Amino acid sequence: MKAIFTIVVILFFPLAALAVDPGEILKDPNLEKRARSISKGLRCVVCQNQSIDDSDAQLARDLRILVRNRIVAGDSDTAVIDYVVSRYGDFVLLNPPVKGVTLVLWFGPIFFTLAGLIGLILFFRRQKIDSKDLVQMDNKEINN
Amino acid sequence: MNSRWPYYTPLIILGILAFYFAAGLGQNPAKVKSVLINKKVPEFLLPPIKGSLKGFSNSDLKNQVVLVNIFGSWCVSCRIEHPFLMQLKEKKSIPIYGIDWREPDSTAGPKWLKKFGNPYTLIGDDPNSLGAIAFGVTGAPETFIVDKNGIIRFKHLGPITKDNWDETFKPILKDLRKK
Repeated sequence: MKAIFTIVVILFFPLAALAVDPGEILKDPNLEKRARSISKGLRCVVCQNQSIDDSDAQLARDLRILVRNRIVAGDSDTAVIDYVVSRYGDFVLLNPPVKGVTLVLWFGPIFFTLAGLIGLILFFRRQKIDSKDLVQMDNKEINN
Repeated sequence: MNSRWPYYTPLIILGILAFYFAAGLGQNPAKVKSVLINKKVPEFLLPPIKGSLKGFSNSDLKNQVVLVNIFGSWCVSCRIEHPFLMQLKEKKSIPIYGIDWREPDSTAGPKWLKKFGNPYTLIGDDPNSLGAIAFGVTGAPETFIVDKNGIIRFKHLGPITKDNWDETFKPILKDLRKK
C-alpha cells in the first residue's frame, strides 16, 4: 500500500526538466531573472507552443543566448523583446499584444459571455411574465 | 417565426466560428508573412567560413538585386536545392549570398561546398544563429530577395525549384530590376 502510494505521488510529481543549460545562465541573478522572464514570453518558432525557455531546440537555445547577450549589453526588457519581434513578428510573442487586429481575440470572449448572459436574463424574465399571465388566466377561469 | 430567431443565433455564431477554425486548422503557423518584407536588411556581421577570406554582412547588400540563401550541410532540402543554385550561378542569373547556418563543426560547410560546388558570392559562417535570427529564419533553406536599396522584398520557405523560380522569383526580380 505504501509502495503504491509512493509510486502515485512520484507519477504526479511535476518533473519539469530545465531547458536552460547551466552554461547559459548569467552570473548576475537579477539579469538572469529578467532573461528568464523574457524567455518565458517568447515562442520557440520551430516548436510552436513552447517558449524558448522550455525548449531544447537549437534555435531556441540560440535565441536564449541572444536575449542574455542583449541584456548584458544594457538593453531594456522591451528593447530585447522589440528586437525579436522586429524579426519574427508578433507571432513570436506567446501573449498576443492588444491592438487593432487582435481586439476580437482579446474582447470577443467577454463580449459573447455578456451577450449570452443578457440573452439568458431576458429569456427568464419573459418566461416569468408568461407564467404569471398563465396563473392569472387560470385564476380568471376558476373565478368564472 | 419572428420570435424564434434569437434561439438560432448561438448556432449561427458557432457555425461561423467553426468555419474559421476549420480553415485555420489547415494553415501552417510557421508560414506567417515575414515582418521583414519591405524593411531594410537588419544589421549583421558574420565571419568567413573556414578557408575563405571574406565574411558576409548587411553592408554587402547594396546597388544590386540579390538572393540571400540560408543553408547548412546538415539540411537535406538544401542538398535538393543546391543543383538549382549552381545553375543560377552558371547562367549568371543573380548573385547569391549565403548564410552557412549552424554547422556541426567549422569544416562541415566548406567540405560540403567543395563536394557539390559553391554557388555563393559571399558566405557568412553562422554557428550561433545570429544571421538566421537577423532574418527571422525558422528553418533551412530559406531565401530572401533583397533589392538595390538593401530592402527585403520577398521571403521563400523551402528549396528553390525550377517551378517556383519561374512562377514566383522571376516576375519579382523582373519588376525589381526595372526600378
